[in-house]
Amino acid sequence: MAMEDVTGRPSPKIGMRASPVVWARRNLFSSVGNTVLTLASLYLLWLAIPPVLDFTIFSAVWSGTTRDACLGPDKGACWPFIWANIGQFIYGRYPADEIWRVNVVFALGAVALVPALIPSAPAKRFNLIFLLIIYPLIALVLLAGDRPGLRPVPTSEWGGLLVTLVVALTGIVVSLPLGIVLALGRRSSMPAIRMLSVVFIEFWRGVPLITVLFMASVMLPLFLPEGMSPDNLLRCLVGVALFSSAYMAEVVRGGLQAIPAGQYEAARAVGLSYWRTMGLVVLPQALRHVIPGIVNTFIGLFKDTTLVLIVGIFDLLGQVRAQLSDPSWTVPQGALTAYVFAALVYWVFCFGMSQYSNFMERRLNTARER
Amino acid sequence: MSEGNAAPGKTPGMKVTDKVMIEMKGVNKWFGDFHVLKDIALTVKEGERIVIAGPSGSGKSTLIRCVNRLEPHDEGSIVIDGIELTEDLKRIDEVRREVGMVFQQFNLFPHMTVLENCTLAPTWVRKMADAEARDLAMSYLERVRIPEQANKYPGQLSGGQQQRVAIARALCMNPKIMLFDEPTSALDPEMIKEVLDVMVELAREGMTMLCVTHEMGFAREVANRVVFMDGGEIIEEAPPEEFFSAPKNARTKEFLAQILAH
Repeated sequence: MAMEDVTGRPSPKIGMRASPVVWARRNLFSSVGNTVLTLASLYLLWLAIPPVLDFTIFSAVWSGTTRDACLGPDKGACWPFIWANIGQFIYGRYPADEIWRVNVVFALGAVALVPALIPSAPAKRFNLIFLLIIYPLIALVLLAGDRPGLRPVPTSEWGGLLVTLVVALTGIVVSLPLGIVLALGRRSSMPAIRMLSVVFIEFWRGVPLITVLFMASVMLPLFLPEGMSPDNLLRCLVGVALFSSAYMAEVVRGGLQAIPAGQYEAARAVGLSYWRTMGLVVLPQALRHVIPGIVNTFIGLFKDTTLVLIVGIFDLLGQVRAQLSDPSWTVPQGALTAYVFAALVYWVFCFGMSQYSNFMERRLNTARER
Repeated sequence: MSEGNAAPGKTPGMKVTDKVMIEMKGVNKWFGDFHVLKDIALTVKEGERIVIAGPSGSGKSTLIRCVNRLEPHDEGSIVIDGIELTEDLKRIDEVRREVGMVFQQFNLFPHMTVLENCTLAPTWVRKMADAEARDLAMSYLERVRIPEQANKYPGQLSGGQQQRVAIARALCMNPKIMLFDEPTSALDPEMIKEVLDVMVELAREGMTMLCVTHEMGFAREVANRVVFMDGGEIIEEAPPEEFFSAPKNARTKEFLAQILAH
């Protein structure tokens, strides 16, 4: 116990045994300055929290079928507006009788993703191959429907959470491997490869994502021959993926730099090739070091997907904004309700990623006991 | 393995054959403007144990790192068991498969267990089956006397234990030559002996060894020759009895006076 105190880690037992009064006196009111800060914080919380709770819960309208339910003084959030439009928020303008295809894609994704995230789940290799290679192909066929027996649904009819997830997940799945390759390239001993990597990374990092999307959506078709222009959503996907790869490359490079030269030497000395040295010895360690940075990039990417709105693709936020102009649901608090809803959805996804990364970090650290 | 309780010194089983394992001729190397290896000529036969000594910065580590081309040499030729080291990556990998190396800082892979550290190269480089690699690794971990630590991570072991794992890891490739780069310099004094004991045992089994070390007791006990380096040159090369009792060169004398003074 004494050893733990020396390392600066507070002994958990003391905190648990102390009564709330003792705890508060020790942590919140230990000095005049501390007391002032505590009171100021409490005042700010008192200012902020009750109105939010009042708007979203206590004064909120929870049921109703028309806008009339939400009209009237002192009415809070208009949740029936969300219920009525939930289909648009999730599927966009996807044809109603084809929505089962989206649901199959969602369900299949969830079924494949959950065991992949649980470290002790069996058949990890097959699971990942399915999730990263087979599943995207199935999803593409089902969603676009460019196969006999399935009605084609152009991407212009996709929207809502579906588009948000398609853009974000494509970005995430492409950016990690591409980022790793770029990071290795930037540290390569071969000048041509190093140069190419540096130019690529610095180009994409130097350009705002909005510019990338504009270029992909508006400029690119001008340079391509008539009729050869690829799908608008596809162009944006490529733009987002390349953009985030550049960021990912720098995160991964940070991890690579933390690996001592002795690790490379030991791996090379036992006869491992360059790729095996990287894949078996260096990258597993380097990526562990930068899990927070990787997840940070994922979260940033997830939220940046809202920018596709600018090139006429209706992601979740775009769809939420679009529904605001629905005359049958114009209520004063409509916009605020809609944005609270959108924020909540984004928060759930981002918080989920953040919590999962914390879990992985703890797990990997206890396994290694450094 | 079966010399019984052999007395220290040159014991049976430590036979040297006529086969040349390492041949360095006219080797020069520069780090920028710094001439780190000057006209090195060194021949090591199968079963020979060479100790390389010298003050720090004399090029000893660089010399043995040239043997498995962790450092490329700029001039001259290095031939390992008939394979000349050049830019050719295939040949370099071929040599590295046959040459084990033990580092001052152990350089174990911290994200793998002791056992995984040992089975990594046999499974990926020698394409050995998992069970076979496991058995092989366990037999070497027994020889370095830590089979009970097989499922721990390197960070949970003492320095001496880590270095013994590093030796086992190198041996798992069944190398023909073992390189030791100051294997005991990063160890606490009480752990030096356990590592040296393993190295002495290895020497008795007839392993061709090239050791950079300051352990002169070890040199006396097992070395066929002591190579003394200073300023990137080999100054003197002699059997240990002669090297310690009748050094010829003034710099060797000075060095010996310094390290044997205490």
